[in-house]
Amino acid sequence: MVVLEKKPLRNLRNLLNNYYIRKILYSIVTLFGISILIFIIARVLPGDPARLALGPRAPEDVVEQYRRLLRLNEPIYVQYFYWLVDVFHGRFGLSLVTFRDVLTDILEFLPATVELIIFTLIIDIIGAFGLGVLSGRRPNSLIDNFVRVFAYVGIAIPSFVWAIILQLVLANWLDLLPAYGRLSLGVEVPRITGLVTVDSLISGNLVAFIDALTHLIIPSLSLAIGCIAQEARILRASLIENVNKDYILNMYAHGIPGSIIFFKYALKPSMIPTVTIMTLDMASMLGNAFLVELIFNWPGLSRYGITAMLRKDLNAIVGVVLVIGLAYTIASIIIDLVVSYLDPRVKYRR
Amino acid sequence: MLLKIDNLYVNYRSYWYTLKVLNGVWLKVERGERVGIIGESGSGKTTLLKTILRILPQNGIISKGEIIYEGRNILKLSDGELAKIRRREIGMIFQDPMAALNPVFKIRDQLYDILKYRMMAEGRNPSSKELYEESLKLFNDVRLPDPDRVLESYPFQLSGGMRQRVMIAMALASAGKLLLADEPTTNLDVTIQDQILKLIHRLVIEKNLSTILVSHALGMVYHMTDKVYVLYAGDIMEEAGTKELFNKPKHPYTQLLIASTPRLSSIGVGEGIKGKLPDYRNPPAGCRFSPRCPYVMDKCINTKPGRIQLNNEHVVSCHLYD
Repeated sequence: MVVLEKKPLRNLRNLLNNYYIRKILYSIVTLFGISILIFIIARVLPGDPARLALGPRAPEDVVEQYRRLLRLNEPIYVQYFYWLVDVFHGRFGLSLVTFRDVLTDILEFLPATVELIIFTLIIDIIGAFGLGVLSGRRPNSLIDNFVRVFAYVGIAIPSFVWAIILQLVLANWLDLLPAYGRLSLGVEVPRITGLVTVDSLISGNLVAFIDALTHLIIPSLSLAIGCIAQEARILRASLIENVNKDYILNMYAHGIPGSIIFFKYALKPSMIPTVTIMTLDMASMLGNAFLVELIFNWPGLSRYGITAMLRKDLNAIVGVVLVIGLAYTIASIIIDLVVSYLDPRVKYRR
Repeated sequence: MLLKIDNLYVNYRSYWYTLKVLNGVWLKVERGERVGIIGESGSGKTTLLKTILRILPQNGIISKGEIIYEGRNILKLSDGELAKIRRREIGMIFQDPMAALNPVFKIRDQLYDILKYRMMAEGRNPSSKELYEESLKLFNDVRLPDPDRVLESYPFQLSGGMRQRVMIAMALASAGKLLLADEPTTNLDVTIQDQILKLIHRLVIEKNLSTILVSHALGMVYHMTDKVYVLYAGDIMEEAGTKELFNKPKHPYTQLLIASTPRLSSIGVGEGIKGKLPDYRNPPAGCRFSPRCPYVMDKCINTKPGRIQLNNEHVVSCHLYD
């Protein structure tokens, strides 16, 4: 028997052949590209950021000094080079609005958005699979018809309209839930992770935890409804298609109980298209969060991003876009893992 | 008598129309008998087999008829009694093993579930070791090499021949008395076809199974069956002993079908039959073959021919023999 020597070069090649390693490397390149693109777009837009930041009454020499501080007089590639050097030192440049480093700002506002998105995803997954299974199990039943109507309505109405409707009905008219904000007045939670629900649990404040949850429900629901509707419809359609496939009839031919056939052999292949659609929905969720955060006065990254755009806060724009790009990359890697668990064929096709 | 089907009507219903596929089919299978069903694609052969196990797709409706299996009507059995028959008495080999094996589960998951419920129907509660041993036994029966790798594989990782062997092993797991084989070689290479046929042939004889073999490969039916039914557009056209049917076909459809089969020994391809299968939404009221029949008469158009017993092993459904 020949003992193969382990060569470092071969190990490196194997590592690079790993799908996920490759995907991460691609994402880094993509993020790098995004940063160049956004950096340039933010700077070639008309308007003088320094003047905008200091106001119309600031004397010209002060504005000029500020411009020099931000290196706005240099060519764009020089500006980008300095920005890149800054990034490697853990700084994302000065925000023209808050006069702090953009990274500090992002770390302050990001947790609120993360909390909103995570809660939305939880509602989305439960809702989509719950409704999809209910309606796919008994097509054309009463509950199926109900789900289908809901799906049409859910897709047709955009999330910011849902936000207003739910706020009006659940908070203003029925007074069941708080209308906006993350916590009620007077409820205080020490900032540990920035996620209020987690922080309140860590500090053992159950009242604050429940308060935070009730604040999350309406914004998350309005973000999730459209996604739930779309995904439930897809799951229903694939379930109905799958239960007539030969591989399901084959299981019936062997006398395997219907519930096992449905929940094991029909559900798993039906989840593949649903989960794939979730990737796309997650992208739209990040976009919709901008509007929903505004409506609910949610102190998240989206609101920070909008202010940055309006005030032409160059570095903040780049920072926010990069964070969203990073979030999307992470999400797509997670979804990829889930899909390759559900569909083993994917793994071997790569 | 193991299985007796009589006057069986099956429709596929959609929102807009109804496809009237099986149109009063009859069929008898004695214990140990090997029965063939021949006929062109789309004539309802697969539907007939699926009806026997009551595994039609959701839009398939059995509107009339009876399927008597060992004295009990399968169409009237409770779910529990039906499950027992499905688990340990009747097994079915599907046409396309790639389509009949779940693509996202390992062979082990699927086979173990099948074996588990069969053994439970036998009053046992199998451990995973027993399931493993039973799988090895089945794989050995179907001459499947490297069973451990096969169990850990997904269907797409196996070759076509191996997939069909897995399919046959699954069918064998449940086929205590009757094996239904739905064109078991259609989706295989010619060289593999021969192996699979010999395998099925050997298993049927070894295990003394009754079989219904559905095929449009006439040569295969000729060698492997005792009795043949000719199915056209959901109607049984002719029933006869295999030798009798191939040597003295009576029904015009059977004659044309046999004549249209290409042979290696003759020059050129067969004649073929002009026309195509009728539209199942609105099939002919009389004989369903009448629009294509070279001997068509007036009464063929409106009156469905009855069963005419020519001799003790030959029945034909044609007005020519009234």
